[in-house]
Amino acid sequence: MPVVIDHRPPRQPERPGQPRPRRDPAPSRLKYRLQRMWLTPLYRRMVRVGVPAFLIALTAGLWLSDADRRGALTGGVTALVDRVQSREEFQVRMMTVEGASPVVDKALRAMLPVDLPASSFAIDLTALRLQVIQLDVIEAIDLRIKPGGILSAVVTERQPALLWRHARGIEILDRTGHRVASVTSREVRPDLPLVAGEGADLATAEALELIDAAGPILPRLRGLVRRGERRWDVVLDHGQRIMLPESNAVIALEAAIALHRAQDMLGRDISAVDLRDPSRPLLRLGIDARNTIRQARGEPLLGPDGTILEDEQKGG
Amino acid sequence: MTELYQTQRAMRNIRRAALQRGVIGILDIGTSKISCLVLKFDGTGTFRETDGVGPMAGQANFRVIGAASTRSRGLRCGEIETMAETERAIRTVVTAAQKVAGVRVDHVIACLSGGRPASYGLAGEIVLESGKVAEHDVASVLAACDAPDFGRGREVIHAQPVNFAVDNRSGLADPRDHVGNRLACDMHVLTVDGDVVANVVQCIRRCDLELAGIASASYASARASLVEDEQELGAACIDFGGGGTAVSIFIKKHMIFADNVRIGGNLVTQDIAQGLRVPLPVAERLKTLNGGVEATGRDDREMIEVGGETGDWESDRRTVSRADIIGVMRPRIEEILENVRQVLDAAGFDFMPSQQIVLTGGGSQVPGLDGLAARILGPNIRCGRPLRIDGLAHQLTDPSFSSAVGLALFAAHPQDEWWDFEMPAEAYPARSLRRAYRWFRNNW
Repeated sequence: MPVVIDHRPPRQPERPGQPRPRRDPAPSRLKYRLQRMWLTPLYRRMVRVGVPAFLIALTAGLWLSDADRRGALTGGVTALVDRVQSREEFQVRMMTVEGASPVVDKALRAMLPVDLPASSFAIDLTALRLQVIQLDVIEAIDLRIKPGGILSAVVTERQPALLWRHARGIEILDRTGHRVASVTSREVRPDLPLVAGEGADLATAEALELIDAAGPILPRLRGLVRRGERRWDVVLDHGQRIMLPESNAVIALEAAIALHRAQDMLGRDISAVDLRDPSRPLLRLGIDARNTIRQARGEPLLGPDGTILEDEQKGG
Repeated sequence: MTELYQTQRAMRNIRRAALQRGVIGILDIGTSKISCLVLKFDGTGTFRETDGVGPMAGQANFRVIGAASTRSRGLRCGEIETMAETERAIRTVVTAAQKVAGVRVDHVIACLSGGRPASYGLAGEIVLESGKVAEHDVASVLAACDAPDFGRGREVIHAQPVNFAVDNRSGLADPRDHVGNRLACDMHVLTVDGDVVANVVQCIRRCDLELAGIASASYASARASLVEDEQELGAACIDFGGGGTAVSIFIKKHMIFADNVRIGGNLVTQDIAQGLRVPLPVAERLKTLNGGVEATGRDDREMIEVGGETGDWESDRRTVSRADIIGVMRPRIEEILENVRQVLDAAGFDFMPSQQIVLTGGGSQVPGLDGLAARILGPNIRCGRPLRIDGLAHQLTDPSFSSAVGLALFAAHPQDEWWDFEMPAEAYPARSLRRAYRWFRNNW
């Protein structure tokens, strides 16, 4: 039994769940000032944007100030890029070429800058297309990488239409006059008509029309010659030529063919048919015909070069 | 009078500079509670018709973006008694209001309920030299009002020209360009104790705030609770506060009288605590929840548990009837109303054209007060609530917030535009260059 009996109520244990009510609801002066400072727009923006940005920049700068770390970082990035690019899904294994002749096919495969199989990131399709399109024989090309690692090239080749003989050699032209290839001699492509003269490649459409219109004299046609880059001469065998006007050349040629049909004009000894002035067609007779006429008239004969021969009986 | 001119102009400039910043705080320092409103002056009418706030009273150029109120500490009869306690209460309320508003408040307009306000009616008269009232004549007549000796340490907090008269045409609100020979002016000046004002200024400065203006609480609550017609035709506003009861009389939209009865709701609480032997918080709760002034037979049967934590079973289980509470409250409220009656009689309210009386403030929520007041003060009594202002929460629109709302209206429309006129040239020193400049401007 204790000497002093404590009649006071037992002390209440502090309940941890309920915090003791604050006596003073007023904020301390420091808290009040901090809150007011926090409500200042400039300060607020500085703390929320400026300080984090500065810390990030500072950390990054300190970390990058070491050359080894910089090297490791760039090396790591490069390795990662390489690893992604050389994945199985991006590999190009084969190349298919459609619509190309064997020569063009071979040239295309040679132009590919990388050896297959290669990553599709290593193949620059645009550059390759620009490079390929510079080949004269190729009119259009559709390059794409198909699923399954196939580099597909669909090629449209130029169709040869004419042979053009000029001072530097013989070239094959297509219908538009664009060069297709060079040949060493006429015999390589005997099936193509021949044109000659400067600027003949600029008027291939007219040349093809003239050849189409030649019809009955086609077997005798040697070729067309562009004169002065403005008009055509039709050259036949035996040295005959039909000189066509600058405009309406096809009509003039058809007129000459009509004359030939009616009177076998080109079968006679005529060296040139001059249709340059449509209102005044001219015929240039051959040496033999002129000599026959001169003989009948009793005039001195002409030599093969057109000069008047000295009268042998007179002179002798 | 030069001093009055300079102080009024300085106060006006400080307030306008604060309004330029866009955000201003309203601090109503009362004896029982301190409330703070944060106003945002954005210039555009942002009121919405759906809120039930029309473009009333032209006060649509600001909105309340934060409001808070807290129990007042360290004040007695509207005067600061313990400055550190009051400072803590101001910090509490400003912190809460800033938190709601999300902006920092740098300038506050405060109101002062105590300080023994004294009203003076001044009169001034000048002769019009040009036969027409020019702007500098208005300034001259304001300067010509002869100020009586206000007493030692008195500060003028309101000086408003109430009435202008040209010759014998009185009742002019704006005398400019009137033709006549004589311009007279009646001015109402309200002075308070300078030390009380200085305490408020010091207390606000200790909270890192700047005082942008100060107004009398009686003026502010009348601005909020008198409707426009009452302000125009004449009415008295009685603001039952905790530490004092403010009385103000308005006519022609200007305050012509203000006074303060230094008995308020706190004394009623004290009476209940003494009469029923209960602690002050319990007494306050009994007064607020069960108070009244008219006892009926039913109130005898309505027993209220007083409760208590004294440990004495008998004391803690006491009950009082509502009639007991009313019996304690009624004599004290009657005494307050009698004092108000004396103040109104001293002001000559009986000779006013309109006898409208508006009761506002927290004490006006006592049930049956209007009936009791009608018996003592006069028949035209109504309980006024403050004007709805844009953005103010609904729970802050009861009568106890009328002085805070009135301060907000005062910040928007301070009614002291007349002090904008340049000081008359005679008030400058004799050899001043500005005096010569003013003279030239007024005479050419």
